[in-house]
Amino acid sequence: MTAAQLLPLIVATPLLGAALLVAAGRRLPRFAAEVLGFVFSTGAAVWAVTLLVLSPSAGSRAVEWMGGWRPRDGVSVGIVLVGDRVGVGLAALTSVLVVAALAYSWRYFDEPPHQHAGSFPALILLFQAGMCGFVLTGDLFNAFVFFELMGVVAYALTGYRVEEARAVQGALTFGLINSLGGYTTLFGIGLLYARTGELGLAQIGGRLDTHPNDGRPDVLVLAAFVLVLTGLLVKAAAVPFHFWLPDAHAVAPTPVCILLSGVMVELGVYGTARVYWTAFAGPGGIPGPDVHRALLTLGVLTALVGAVMCWQQRHLKRLLAFSSVSHTGLFLIGISVLSPEGLGGTILYVLAHAGAKAALFACAGILLDRFSSVDEHELHGRARQLPLVGVLFAAGGLALAGLPPFGTGLGKAVSEEAAGWWPTTVFVAASALTGGAVLRASARIFLGWGPHPSGNLETTSGKDEEPETRGPLRRIPDTMLAVPVALMAGALAVGVVPELWPAVGQAADAFTDHAAYTAAVLGTAETTPPPATPAPHWTGVRVTLGLLSSALALALAWTAVRRPATDEPARWAAPLHRLQSGHVGDYVAFTLAGIALLTALLW
Amino acid sequence: MSVLPYLAAGWIFLVGCYGLATSRNLIHAVGCLSVCQSSTYVLLLAVGYRRNGTAPVFSDITPGSRPVVDPVVQALALTDVVVGATVTALLLALVIQTAKRHGTVDPDELSELRG
Repeated sequence: MTAAQLLPLIVATPLLGAALLVAAGRRLPRFAAEVLGFVFSTGAAVWAVTLLVLSPSAGSRAVEWMGGWRPRDGVSVGIVLVGDRVGVGLAALTSVLVVAALAYSWRYFDEPPHQHAGSFPALILLFQAGMCGFVLTGDLFNAFVFFELMGVVAYALTGYRVEEARAVQGALTFGLINSLGGYTTLFGIGLLYARTGELGLAQIGGRLDTHPNDGRPDVLVLAAFVLVLTGLLVKAAAVPFHFWLPDAHAVAPTPVCILLSGVMVELGVYGTARVYWTAFAGPGGIPGPDVHRALLTLGVLTALVGAVMCWQQRHLKRLLAFSSVSHTGLFLIGISVLSPEGLGGTILYVLAHAGAKAALFACAGILLDRFSSVDEHELHGRARQLPLVGVLFAAGGLALAGLPPFGTGLGKAVSEEAAGWWPTTVFVAASALTGGAVLRASARIFLGWGPHPSGNLETTSGKDEEPETRGPLRRIPDTMLAVPVALMAGALAVGVVPELWPAVGQAADAFTDHAAYTAAVLGTAETTPPPATPAPHWTGVRVTLGLLSSALALALAWTAVRRPATDEPARWAAPLHRLQSGHVGDYVAFTLAGIALLTALLW
Repeated sequence: MSVLPYLAAGWIFLVGCYGLATSRNLIHAVGCLSVCQSSTYVLLLAVGYRRNGTAPVFSDITPGSRPVVDPVVQALALTDVVVGATVTALLLALVIQTAKRHGTVDPDELSELRG
């Protein structure tokens, strides 16, 4: 068996498991259903890690033409899976997080839906298949299908607790906005097919390259790029496409939040980078400076809006959700540099962020199941007897703020250095605000610091949430504690295992090599690789920047805790709060405005 | 090939978006989303159309003897229909559940998740 033949297995294994669970779930006891879920998700993780280890060099790509329909003379009708190191690495990350989410939800929903123990693991496995397929496909239309597959499963998982009013509302908003984004992507794919007659990313790129433009893309290519990007940016929750995310993350069950925030949102950023470098980076595509301008603007906007809204939240899950929005903005700034340095930093950042953010959501889930609340004010001082959770939560806050030697700190610092001095201030501000908000919440909840808040609030507070277990927990199950510990250790490992860094650097080099990707997929002559860029690593400046943003986060949290907690959001942030109106029509209008903005930025 | 089908596809998409943005009923909103999706069928079929072309079934015509329409976009449109059916069914199920839990399908009255 060659390495390339492992590629379809990564997608097929969870699909097979989901089919088995759907077919037999009615007759299986709960224990068996959950074990089956584990076996199949771990299977996919093992394939992905094997493939990652097997690949002889960082630049090599495993290419598998499904059904043996290989291209002839550069023309193809086949469907291709391409596993370069970034794609396979993301598939491995996805699978590991799925295993973590399944472990976390072990005996978690105490009452599975009537007589169907297999439905939750089956949905999670389908979600895993959709995400792995999305990162491994080398075909734009297939990417759309996998995009919709992971979307549909994500809506179903968000509204999994159908008895809860807020859960179905959040799932519906999520579904409407993301499907609209999906259809704009399909519209763009149609336009690209009209121009090139191809659906594969490499083939589209190859065809566009044969019609070089003189610095100005023609209108059809530009429209296609904007439309394809819209769906991906909706998934990535870039401002102004982000409104669905806090609603969905606040109401989804905690194991689902781990996956949504840990990896699904980041796949939108990955899709943006993948589509640009494989299809549009050539001479016939979109000029680099335009793409840089567009992604940088959206990234800065996203990072700041997300950070400000994050700071204003008292509903812990919404706080973490807005922090994800903010970090998406930072990832977008990282890739907007359009260089291997920026991309390498972003990869490290995404890896470590997945661990830290998933661990934070897991901690919030523990609080919810113990105290039936995720309201920072109501929980004031009540979680003193959970020191381990408190330490984890505070460590997560410091990780988000970029404290060395967490991987988030390294990824952030490398992206900062690639982005230049003024985006660096955005990085520092956004990570200090998001990290500071988490630290503030942990000081109040786990230490009971500051005056005791009182009163009520008009916005979503997180009081009176239904626990996801049958009644509040008296004792926290070991699995629910072990998962966040392991995830946080992973976030730390990204920053302290030096063997990882050259691999990431080489992966970024290969990812940004437009010509080599086309050559590898279509089997044409190898091109000479560009000179290798130095691998991401710690330097004095980077450590200082990380310490600076962590100190800022601590100072912000300290100031906030000292003052009485106010019930109203700050007046200067009121316009931002009003935008988050909870009305799906408004969100659609903002999506359209976002398309217009993106077009204007790329024009 | 005239530009009219492409304009029609764009117009249908915008009409669907307008409906989504101004909808006062969630069932209507899901319908509007389907309208948006229908625009992609129109686009795909317009892309694959060939003047005087016939269906790409080669059992009764000799390959190369006369133009056929592009079968790839037909396959895409078919896949798109399947995807759309799933999405619409799931969203309608969520609307039913919303109606049960909130007692309304008017998005203006669903204001629990704000700020």
